[in-house]
Amino acid sequence: MDEGCKHYWVDGFIDTPIGKIRRINTSLIARDKIDGYMVRWGINRYSFTVSPGLYAVGNPDDTAPVLVTANYKLTFDILRKELYNQNLWVIVLDTKGINVWCAAGKGTFGTNELSNRINRLQLDKVVSHRTIIVPQLGAPGVAGHEVTKNTGFKIVYGPVRAADIREFLDNGLKTTPEMREVKFSCRDRLILTPMEMIPSLKYLVIIFVLLFVLNLINPRGFDFLNTVKVSIINFIPYLGAFLIGTLFVPLLLPYIPFRSFAMKGLTLGAIWTMIYIKINGVFLFPDSQLVIAGNTLLLLSISTYLALNFTGSSTYTSLSGTLKETIVTVPIAALASIVGIGLLVASKILNFG
Amino acid sequence: MGLKYLQDVVTLKLNVDKCIGCGLCVQVCPHNVFAIKEGKANILDKNSCMECGACSKNCPVSAIDVKSGVG
Ligand code: SF4
Ligand code: SF4
Repeated sequence: MDEGCKHYWVDGFIDTPIGKIRRINTSLIARDKIDGYMVRWGINRYSFTVSPGLYAVGNPDDTAPVLVTANYKLTFDILRKELYNQNLWVIVLDTKGINVWCAAGKGTFGTNELSNRINRLQLDKVVSHRTIIVPQLGAPGVAGHEVTKNTGFKIVYGPVRAADIREFLDNGLKTTPEMREVKFSCRDRLILTPMEMIPSLKYLVIIFVLLFVLNLINPRGFDFLNTVKVSIINFIPYLGAFLIGTLFVPLLLPYIPFRSFAMKGLTLGAIWTMIYIKINGVFLFPDSQLVIAGNTLLLLSISTYLALNFTGSSTYTSLSGTLKETIVTVPIAALASIVGIGLLVASKILNFG
Repeated sequence: MGLKYLQDVVTLKLNVDKCIGCGLCVQVCPHNVFAIKEGKANILDKNSCMECGACSKNCPVSAIDVKSGVG
């Protein structure tokens, strides 16, 4: 047996013609939930994998259905918690710890891995039927007719959401249009926001360092504590722009006008920037047109660019559309940022003049 | 809540002559872009396509062409 028998969610073994098969416990414990949070906040993201292979749920026999999933722990947990009181087989593919959808896009959840796995496992000795159920989100990587040619097993695509598995099985392996549709609910979008924020934190760090350095250069002399204080307060409008791009645009997506993500970010960014301009002094910025203009350009660029980034996580944007808006937005945002920083630096230099 | 993305940029193409009406594209599409009418696939709502490539990958007669990649 491989290291997989050490998985704490394996609660027993089932005898089959190909040997002992590990049985999955379908109830999640606190540890699974903690794992889930850690993974979503980007901690240890790639170490939560499940060893690939065949698993049993309940007491399956040779007529029990066969499901396929990815070896990303979160995906696996979402599936197994829906399988209580079921008797079936689950094949875990080696997707390098990536979820079904992303792995299908990369091809690791794909025709080859699935065909090889079925043949290597000798699935035909475990079950007497010749049907396997593949999650529909795996379809971009799996050519059903080729898997059939390679293995003799027919592919049936199951529902998008694990929560519909039960109904799908009861329905005689039929999906409804409802089960097939990928939605992008408020909750789905909220779950993705940490993944948006963490990789973008670097922009915040750059901005803070910039503000700090500019504040250090002070004609009235050097005052470290005051520089820190002013920089932190200067930073608040930027934190706002960051949250617009990574949290508010994703959350309010359907309610913000425009289809383009960049335009959605620009819209919220413009509202926030207008508020900033009105109360510039509150954030301890000098009362200077140059500073206000510089900050305006930077705030608008940041909220627009970060909102555009969210196309990478959304479940309805096409590559052609994303490319189209990226090609227009990124050069403009980059140029505006450079001019913005230039204006802030220029105002500093004029201060000394 | 129908979220819609940019219009008229999608690269999805269907060759109706090749289509054998098996319905696999309908089953794999996450945005209900296709429907079968009179034994042939039809593109109902091209602008909803996210170019995931599931339909072209699973069409047994290669009747669908799409430049895939998730945006
Ligand atoms: S999968 Fe291909 S052959 Fe089958 S209905 Fe769709 S287009 Fe036609
Ligand atoms: S590429 Fe994906 S979203 Fe577009 S029609 Fe095909 S299956 Fe549907």
